[in-house]
Amino acid sequence: MKDTGQPVIAREAAERPAGDRSAVIELRGATASLGARPVLRGVDLTVRSGEVVALLGANGSGKSTAVRSVIGQVPLTGGDLALFGTPFRRFKDWARIGYVPQRTTAAGGVPATVREVVTAGRLARTKLGLLRKADRSAVHHALELVGMADRAKDSVNALSGGQHQRVLIARALAGEPDLLIMDEPMAGVDLASQEVLASALREQVGHGATVLLVLHELGPLEPLIDRAVVLRDGCVVHDGPPPEAVGQHALPGHDHVHPHADAAAEPLRTGLLS
Amino acid sequence: MEMLSFPFMQRALIAALIVGITAPAIGIYLVQRRQALMGDGIGHVALTGVGLGFLLNTSPVWVATAVAVLGSVVMELIRWYGKTRGDLALAMLFYGGMAGGVMLMNLSDAGSSANLGTYLFGSITTVSPEDMTTIYVLAALVLAITVGLRRQLFAVCQDEEFARVTGLPVRLLNLLVAVTAAVTVTVAMRVVGLLLVSALMVIPVAAAQQISRSFAVTFVTAVAIGMVVTLTGTTASYYVDVPSGATIVLFAIALFVVFTAVAAPLARRRAGAPAAAGEGCTLEVPGSRTAQDDVRV
Repeated sequence: MKDTGQPVIAREAAERPAGDRSAVIELRGATASLGARPVLRGVDLTVRSGEVVALLGANGSGKSTAVRSVIGQVPLTGGDLALFGTPFRRFKDWARIGYVPQRTTAAGGVPATVREVVTAGRLARTKLGLLRKADRSAVHHALELVGMADRAKDSVNALSGGQHQRVLIARALAGEPDLLIMDEPMAGVDLASQEVLASALREQVGHGATVLLVLHELGPLEPLIDRAVVLRDGCVVHDGPPPEAVGQHALPGHDHVHPHADAAAEPLRTGLLS
Repeated sequence: MEMLSFPFMQRALIAALIVGITAPAIGIYLVQRRQALMGDGIGHVALTGVGLGFLLNTSPVWVATAVAVLGSVVMELIRWYGKTRGDLALAMLFYGGMAGGVMLMNLSDAGSSANLGTYLFGSITTVSPEDMTTIYVLAALVLAITVGLRRQLFAVCQDEEFARVTGLPVRLLNLLVAVTAAVTVTVAMRVVGLLLVSALMVIPVAAAQQISRSFAVTFVTAVAIGMVVTLTGTTASYYVDVPSGATIVLFAIALFVVFTAVAAPLARRRAGAPAAAGEGCTLEVPGSRTAQDDVRV
């Protein structure tokens, strides 16, 4: 194939209508520190309804802290945060958020089956109530989305790294969230699982879900991503189209994405290679 | 079955059975969040309550319950706020509780070293009818929480951060686990003693998880094991003159060993089908592939 220098695959993200959409996540001038070290130094991040936004950056750039502050797990020392248009302090509608924490395992200190772990994600809807038929079918649907329905009765201890990640994502999907927040969902995931996760995500996005995800590299998710926000030392250094893969790197099946900046633009250190 | 004709033995067996059910029921959550020794710590703190009860001439069980609940709440607070050196703070609490108990016991008139022994190692045959009422009330509370809130407690103990983002009242549920564990410790105090209480919370769970793949099965199996070892241990201590607490714990450990021995072949059979179908690894001869085999892109 001739290298035209143009992206070969059409960007799926561009096909979705932009329109004027409400902000699902609105972070303004956010500052946060871990211990004495400032990790976020005035981060602005807006994610609109239906958008898929990737948060990129080198290790220690603050991308994980940024998403954890969005869900209230790292307290902000300054700035404002609003979720679904509600100031964070008054936000109670947690069922609208599906969270995939950065984990290498879904297992705890006691054996648990895949279904038991995924059912925990449904608590966002059931809270202290009983598990109804609709809840069970939502759990089953989430398991099907990540291709783990046939492993529902297996212990999570018996799974591979990629399967653990699929279970964690199914757990977030079980609550049928409007907003998915994922912290490095592709870390340590084999290629087969990456493809499964990409298609599960595509389905969610197709149904209008909003996604904010921390990524180390764009990988198979690249066509889904509308916008990339790159952090460096706790500051946003890029907010716009994802760093484009060109030529050889744009071919399907190529899972590494390198930063290819325009000749005119200042080179971005996205951390994609680190 | 002549032992059943003695009221003290009836009470002993019922108390033992209740402890056999409640201790693993709360213990499984402690094991799940990898705090297997928390029950032990609470037991140490409860001793201060026992000493205080003797000093104030009130019921040692109720004072011990109050002090154990207070201690467990403090431990939970240390876990939230004192991330650095939290283990040292807990150690202070454990040993402070132990030393305080011994000291208070010595200061009181009624407390003697013989009395101390019954609380440290249990004295199941001295359970009074009034004690039984206390045990029933506390056990009902423990069961209502551990069974009624099992989904919520499972989520919190499996992945606390995730549970917080689902909007569950995680702090409240954590406190509930701590308080329930404290209550269980004081319920079990008369049966196995404060020093062995944690064993009944942990060992049945450890044994059950050898043979189970799910949390639900682990829960039910652990409770069943708890019931079996407390009943057989108490019965054995009636016929052979041995201390009930130690007998129960040794039976539990014996069951753990048996379950572990059974588990290995069981796991092999479960994983057996694919392993038997697959053949050994084949070694690729170097040079068997050429550049022409590569797919051009």
